[in-house]
Amino acid sequence: MEISVTVNGATHTSDVEPRTLLVHYVREHLGLTGTNVGCDTSSCGACSLHLDGEAVKSCTVLAVQADGTEITTIEGMAAADGTLHPMQQAFMENHGLQCGYCTPGMVMAATSLLQENPSPTEEDIRLGLEGNLCRCTGYHNIVQAVMACAAAPTA
Amino acid sequence: MIPAAFDYVRAGSAEEAVSLIAEHGEDAKFLAGGHSLLPLMKLRLAQPTVLIDIGRVNDLSYVRDGGDHVAIGALTRHMDVETSDVLREHAPLLAHAASHVGDPQVRHRGTIGGSIAHADPASDLPAATLALGATYVVQGPNGTREIAAADFYEGFLTTSMAADEMLTEIRVPKMGGAGWGFQKFNRRAQDWAIVGVAAWRRNGDAGVALVNMGSVPILASSVASALAGGASIDDAAEQAAAEADPQADLNASVEYRIHLAKVLTRRALEAASG
Ligand SMILES: Cc1cc2nc3c(=O)[nH]c(=O)nc-3n(C[C@H](O)[C@H](O)[C@H](O)COP(=O)(O)OP(=O)(O)OC[C@H]3O[C@@H](n4cnc5c(N)ncnc54)[C@H](O)[C@@H]3O)c2cc1C
Ligand code: FES
Ligand code: FES
Repeated sequence: MEISVTVNGATHTSDVEPRTLLVHYVREHLGLTGTNVGCDTSSCGACSLHLDGEAVKSCTVLAVQADGTEITTIEGMAAADGTLHPMQQAFMENHGLQCGYCTPGMVMAATSLLQENPSPTEEDIRLGLEGNLCRCTGYHNIVQAVMACAAAPTA
Repeated sequence: MIPAAFDYVRAGSAEEAVSLIAEHGEDAKFLAGGHSLLPLMKLRLAQPTVLIDIGRVNDLSYVRDGGDHVAIGALTRHMDVETSDVLREHAPLLAHAASHVGDPQVRHRGTIGGSIAHADPASDLPAATLALGATYVVQGPNGTREIAAADFYEGFLTTSMAADEMLTEIRVPKMGGAGWGFQKFNRRAQDWAIVGVAAWRRNGDAGVALVNMGSVPILASSVASALAGGASIDDAAEQAAAEADPQADLNASVEYRIHLAKVLTRRALEAASG
């Protein structure tokens, strides 16, 4: 089936099988491999990206369901000149990552969270990121990073 | 994991969806948010040959004040149920229960209609709407009919909706300032309830329903009648499992589930009375 999606500002028209998962479409058809597959069972959040501005788990969305939508992946977060998105910068400054596997999903979930709740409490952040698992950091510095980003005037 | 191959069609309206399901027969399934169906299809526990995508039937995504009730379109996503001002004012128990479904990413996609139609006894919204005495509106080839929540759940993942019917609206009676409590017991963030309880109380009336205490969501009528008969919260909560038929699984034995149902019912009623 033919779908047309705008990914990180560029429109793509592709012929996909209905059963193609959005995460596979983004990684394999478009070559945007920043979006990771962790669990493949809707649990870990590594595959989170923005669908029409909201974080979703792209292993649990069909590419055909995304027809006509606007998608942002981790590759679309930094500015064209390479300046990191404030959330990426905050993760870097607060050591919010170790191996980095969960990080794209964390950044996408965290930016979606701040859009819905620009001044979250620590509790709000922990609940807001409950769909994202990290096996390295113990979460502490991830939460610190999101708090720092929320507090920063540029965020 | 990739689902088995299927044909995909998109419905623009409830009428179109109902006529497509009639046309494609029993191996066709509606796809709403996909957050129950797609995980099952990836595990090949479900292999529909045709998916009828109702996710774009946007005129079924709404929360409206219906006078004595709140009307919620079946395609309303959990996030929109959770944040609806109308629901927060008139049926806060339901808005709160929706905020406990999965995680934000799940709530951005999953719909209240999908949750109810799927009829998983471990889901939060079937029990919450059952406790509130909701009515479900379904549309079929011969028009619409209303089914009381108490008559809807027939067995594990089985409802009294026919295969060619679509759930279109959920009507929840306004709570009229009733006190309420929602208790969801799980071991980890994001998990489904091991046991959950939704309860409300207003003067002599009460409604209590249980999550994951049987093959269907359970209406704990004995608790409500004990309260109506003047029983204390502690005594009424002892009746919590009277209608239940819990199963053991990796998370809990039958005895533990019954214990949890009583404790959580007491806590929910205390919150509802506070
Ligand atoms: C990681 C994860 C965690 C979750 N945690 C919870 C939780 O804690 N609590 C909880 O309650 N739920 C939880 N869920 C399930 C979630 O609530 C689902 O969104 C919901 O159960 C199904 O809604 P859907 O719109 O995604 O339906 P779909 O998956 O699209 O459909 C589910 C079933 O209902 C049928 N259907 C859908 N809409 C209609 C309709 N309008 N009329 C007739 N049939 C219809 C479909 O054919 C299908 O058989 C979780 C899901 C995931 C992936
Ligand atoms: S890969 Fe999608 S949630 Fe884990
Ligand atoms: S940094 Fe390794 S999983 Fe989170």
